[in-house]
Amino acid sequence: MAVEKLDSVTGTATTGHEWDGIRELNTPLPRWWLWLFYMCIVWGIGYVIAYPAWPMVSSYTKGVLGYASRDQIEVDLAALRNQRSGLVSQIEATPLADIEKNPQLLTATLQIGKQAFGTNCSPCHGTGGAGSVGFPNLNDDQWLWGGTLDQIQQTITHGIRNESPDSRQGNMLAFGKDGTLSKTDIPIVAAYVVSLSGRKPEGAHDLAKGKQIFAENCAVCHGDDGKGNPELGAPNLTSGLYLYGGDQKTIEETITNGRGGVMPVWTGRLDPTTIKILTVYVHSLGGGK
Amino acid sequence: MLALAVMSIIIAAKAYTPEYAFHAYLFAAASVATVFAIFNRYFSRPAEPIPQEIDGKPNYNLGPIKFATAIAMFWGIAGFTVGLIAALQLAYPVLNFDFAYTNFGRLRPLHTSAVIFAFGGNVLLATSFYVVQRTCHARLAGEIAPWFVVLGYNFFILIAGTGYLLGITQGKEYAEPEWYADLWLTVVWVVYLLVFLTTLWKRKEPHIYVANWFYLAFIVTIAMLHLGNNATVPVSIFSPKSYIVWSGVQDAMVQWWYGHNAVGFFLTAGFLAIMYYFVPKQADRPVYSYRLSIVHFWALIFTYIWAGPHHLHYTALPDWAQTLGMVFSVVLWMPSWGGMINGLMTLQGAWDKLRTDPVLRMMVVSVAFYGMSTFEGPLMSIKSVNSLSHYTDWTIGHVHSGALGWVGYISFGAIYCLVPWLWNRSRLYSLKLVNWHFWISTLGIVLYISAMWVSGILQGLMWRAYTSLGFLEFSFIETTEAMHPFYVIRAIGGGLFVLGALIMAYNIWMTIRSTELATSPAARPQMVPAE
Repeated sequence: MAVEKLDSVTGTATTGHEWDGIRELNTPLPRWWLWLFYMCIVWGIGYVIAYPAWPMVSSYTKGVLGYASRDQIEVDLAALRNQRSGLVSQIEATPLADIEKNPQLLTATLQIGKQAFGTNCSPCHGTGGAGSVGFPNLNDDQWLWGGTLDQIQQTITHGIRNESPDSRQGNMLAFGKDGTLSKTDIPIVAAYVVSLSGRKPEGAHDLAKGKQIFAENCAVCHGDDGKGNPELGAPNLTSGLYLYGGDQKTIEETITNGRGGVMPVWTGRLDPTTIKILTVYVHSLGGGK
Repeated sequence: MLALAVMSIIIAAKAYTPEYAFHAYLFAAASVATVFAIFNRYFSRPAEPIPQEIDGKPNYNLGPIKFATAIAMFWGIAGFTVGLIAALQLAYPVLNFDFAYTNFGRLRPLHTSAVIFAFGGNVLLATSFYVVQRTCHARLAGEIAPWFVVLGYNFFILIAGTGYLLGITQGKEYAEPEWYADLWLTVVWVVYLLVFLTTLWKRKEPHIYVANWFYLAFIVTIAMLHLGNNATVPVSIFSPKSYIVWSGVQDAMVQWWYGHNAVGFFLTAGFLAIMYYFVPKQADRPVYSYRLSIVHFWALIFTYIWAGPHHLHYTALPDWAQTLGMVFSVVLWMPSWGGMINGLMTLQGAWDKLRTDPVLRMMVVSVAFYGMSTFEGPLMSIKSVNSLSHYTDWTIGHVHSGALGWVGYISFGAIYCLVPWLWNRSRLYSLKLVNWHFWISTLGIVLYISAMWVSGILQGLMWRAYTSLGFLEFSFIETTEAMHPFYVIRAIGGGLFVLGALIMAYNIWMTIRSTELATSPAARPQMVPAE
């Protein structure tokens, strides 16, 4: 039998054992600890009586409160539907052109739209819709494929240059790579494109020759005056706004290699009402026509 | 071993993927090296077997412990650094470098496994082999077996770590290594259990010390968890791929039964064992309460094993399982705090040592972090709290207050104690550097966990914010933008923690290199108070 010894600091007896110099005090369990432990256990027993808890052979104890998380989510969703007071179905029923005329509907549409835009569109177009290189800015009034409500809806629904047969087609050809334009002609026509936006091109270029090359190769899509054509997605070259950059070098690059950014098709991923909401939201961003 | 070498070479030759062939060659090389080592030892060994006792004192086996301690330090710094890189990648995604091997998806499991299994695992191997010998007053069982355990375990780490980088994973959190690595670990772990049990068996003390109960609970339960959660069927012996036998929500439940008890038995029970030896030893005080140690031990191991479902609140897991997971988690609060009380109150009559002994201070702060984390854990398991905290950075903050504060600091404390004892040095190279390590790391931990609290709660509140008309207020990307400053602060905190560990490694290295031997090998060197 081990001999109990008193610890000089605490006055508590030790258990009498020693391992590698370590002894143990025979302190009783702290009362507050024990009572808290009991309280947790009592609370636990109460909780498992109140809520679904114990597995049985083919079912489980349902708990006296009758709680089930599936029922709870139904209640929560119903409350939310109630709070939305049928706004979504109202938006669904209202023709696209009329939503903006109803201030209450418009407010709701923009609230939902901001969220839907943030989730689906902002990865490319930015949270504020300001875009970045290759991804159009949706706040300005320059539209590649048109800025009316119907045109925007068409673009969101079917996307641009994707695998869907209904998507918008037409892209900037690779005039340099394909050999349509020679290496000497490209800087000249690029300088002419710079001049279209009212800026003075760097260096001395034969702008008259540039104009002629433009008329022969580019005007088909961009128009004689360079104002573009939303039917083909051909940008307006006189506005001074550029998707890929408007300096001489970038324009040369665009002419040489062509461009063709893709926007995915959103039908199937988003329901028609959400697309409608997004259409109004994008239309409201600043440049809607 | 030779058979394993031959088999590995055949598998390497016929492997379906080059990554798997690489692993098979590693197995072959390790097997051949082992055969050489065993032969070498056979021919160079003395005629007499190694004595169990010298002059009536146990002839402790320290070689494998030295190896595990040193390599724990190495893996620790590697694991912390990878964590820092992952933290920076979250703040600045460009640091993924658009390169598969450095992608966040591969570095994140590399970080978690490196710190838990490579760093933590080696600390547990080293301390358990040390503590079981000292408290049983007996030499470690076997001569080759302990070496097989530490080397075999670290070979598993090598396979697991390179596997993450090469993209070999079975996609289970904290159990990513594939079937062949799992099989290897099983063999190593069984030998570990046998060495530990046999040493207990031949003990010269009448009773088994509390630290050894915790070590044993850790070893046995980890074996059970490992087998349960890695029950897979390999596609072929020539393929690294396997399929788990569980499906759907049952798989999720088994995964979190494993995942939560990896926390409970690896990171809690194992490190409580460290606390129960090193805190009373360093404080030179008796353990506060023997009764508390019994009651909280049994309560802890009984309750922990049921708490896993709280990781799956509000999922496809049935309501009844969620309830039980939550109730057992809340009941777990006091059993966990029993360990904290026993750790802190052991300081009775020795509180003044905190001023002069930074190693003891580190361990005491560690126990305080343990208490904090084990209060936060039950709190977060309550369903209504969990609905806010789940999937947010709050969880990351919670994990790191436990990982950096509790596991990290108790391990650092144990290593600071062990190194002079193992290498027979009179003292650590510099207590001043320990002090620096303590304060730099503590600042790092505080920055880390407070940033994650704020970030997590903000994130949770943003996700659930509705407008007056009943529509979500924020898009996901807006919450991501709101996280950014906190991710930067977190990375700074992590950086400070790495810096502290580097200071520690230097201090350890200089201690081992110093020639100041302890005056008497039998007497434990005492710490010299910092000036």
